[in-house]
Amino acid sequence: MIQIEHLSKTYHNPSASGDAHHALHDVSFDIADGEVFGIIGASGAGKSTLVRCVNLLERPSSGRIIIDGVDVTGFTGKSLLELRAGMGMIFQSFSLFQQRTVLQNVTFPLELRHDPKAHREARAFELLELVGLTDKAKSYPAQLSGGQQQRVAIARALANSPKIMLCDEATSALDTRTTASILALLKDINQKLGVTMLVITHALSVADKICDKVAVIDKGRLVEMGATAQVFANPQSNVTKELLDSRIRLATAALSEEPAVLATIEASGEQDLARSGASEEPRGFGAAERKGF
Amino acid sequence: MEAVLAFFNQYGALLAQGTLDTIVMTGLSTLFAYVIGIPLGVLVVVTGPAGLHPKRALNAALGWVLNVGRSIPFIILLVALIPFTRFIVGTSLGVPGAVVPLVVAAAPFVGRMVEQSLAEVDGGLIEAAQSFGASTWHIVYKVFLRESLPSLVRGASITFITLFGYSAMAGTVGAGGLGDIAIRYGYQRYQDDVMIAAVILCVILVQVIQSLGGLIARKMDKR
Repeated sequence: MIQIEHLSKTYHNPSASGDAHHALHDVSFDIADGEVFGIIGASGAGKSTLVRCVNLLERPSSGRIIIDGVDVTGFTGKSLLELRAGMGMIFQSFSLFQQRTVLQNVTFPLELRHDPKAHREARAFELLELVGLTDKAKSYPAQLSGGQQQRVAIARALANSPKIMLCDEATSALDTRTTASILALLKDINQKLGVTMLVITHALSVADKICDKVAVIDKGRLVEMGATAQVFANPQSNVTKELLDSRIRLATAALSEEPAVLATIEASGEQDLARSGASEEPRGFGAAERKGF
Repeated sequence: MEAVLAFFNQYGALLAQGTLDTIVMTGLSTLFAYVIGIPLGVLVVVTGPAGLHPKRALNAALGWVLNVGRSIPFIILLVALIPFTRFIVGTSLGVPGAVVPLVVAAAPFVGRMVEQSLAEVDGGLIEAAQSFGASTWHIVYKVFLRESLPSLVRGASITFITLFGYSAMAGTVGAGGLGDIAIRYGYQRYQDDVMIAAVILCVILVQVIQSLGGLIARKMDKR
């Protein structure tokens, strides 16, 4: 379904002479039809750049992206817009249109295709039913909790009946309980609708729950790849071992609940576990988010 | 009491006409200034360094035009534009004669206001729209303009009030309006009562517009 071949992305810093940043370096992998494929790595490892290359929000410096057997790397204009319309994407900060109702958010991708209004809304209600939010159709995003907002974003991403869904840290802004329900929903969509998913996350627990296969990236390079259970049980690279290690330390620390250790957890990046006590809060959440999560 | 009645008998019609002239002059100018200013503001944002289509030279040229446009004192613009005004509306006098220079003065100002409003739109929303295959045009009117609508409305009331102040100067080309009345009767004929009445009407008008703009923007804003 998705083939990534020797993908590299280099950012050239215009001010410094020859000071280039290699966000991605010769990354290759294949994602099979209907698979949930996870990309894990620490912040700044290049995960977001990678997922943005798949729908060409970022242009790769070299390499090829093949979707359904078609090389799409050079797509521009109309073919580019059609390519993107065939993929759904969800984001860490939900990215819902604040001045549109839930219903209007879900119909947005269909408006772009000039679908008749009655048809768009019927489709949107179908999707809101799938994510369990039909009663919120007339609400505005600011009135919803983080988990509800992400459900709306998922419904919106599915509006065009995409074959591929890109999830960029989709649960990183949510507490543990909400994360679990969003992951269950994604898994459900994958199984019911057969949508192929590319899941970007820094949280191993997320990959563990829904990914069939995972790839570990570090400093823009793919360091390890395989079936999720296999990679987690028998990590080959040091980076994976470190990621797994920190997770074990975290679990132990959470048990002991020593303040000093907990402080290290907050810093370690595995915030989903550290924040497990936090409950969903309708308005405040978005506000915290805007302050720069 | 009788004095007040007598005053209104004598000057009521004049002040009413002045108020109407001011509203028409300022309203029309605001409207046309937005017709020109919205595309300018959008173009500046879209061609900006972090915009959808960065165009360095065009962006710099636009920025220069907007800055120069805002730096010419209105009273000078008013006189300098007389031939242009005659060409556009056939006269340099009265309300039509004032609207042309007011629009020319306000359009660059509106351009910057629109730019500010659009800049407040979360970049994540632009990216989300792109990810669904939205064209630049779709992003401009379905995301940028739609999401910043409350902010644009607030900007419009500020623009209206700024032009309201400018319109008083347009009295110098015989445009009429409250400012003109205040200057002619109060300053030139020492009729303080007429001047004070005109100024009170100005204050009320500004208050009403500011409150109305704020109210509409608040009602609209769903954040």
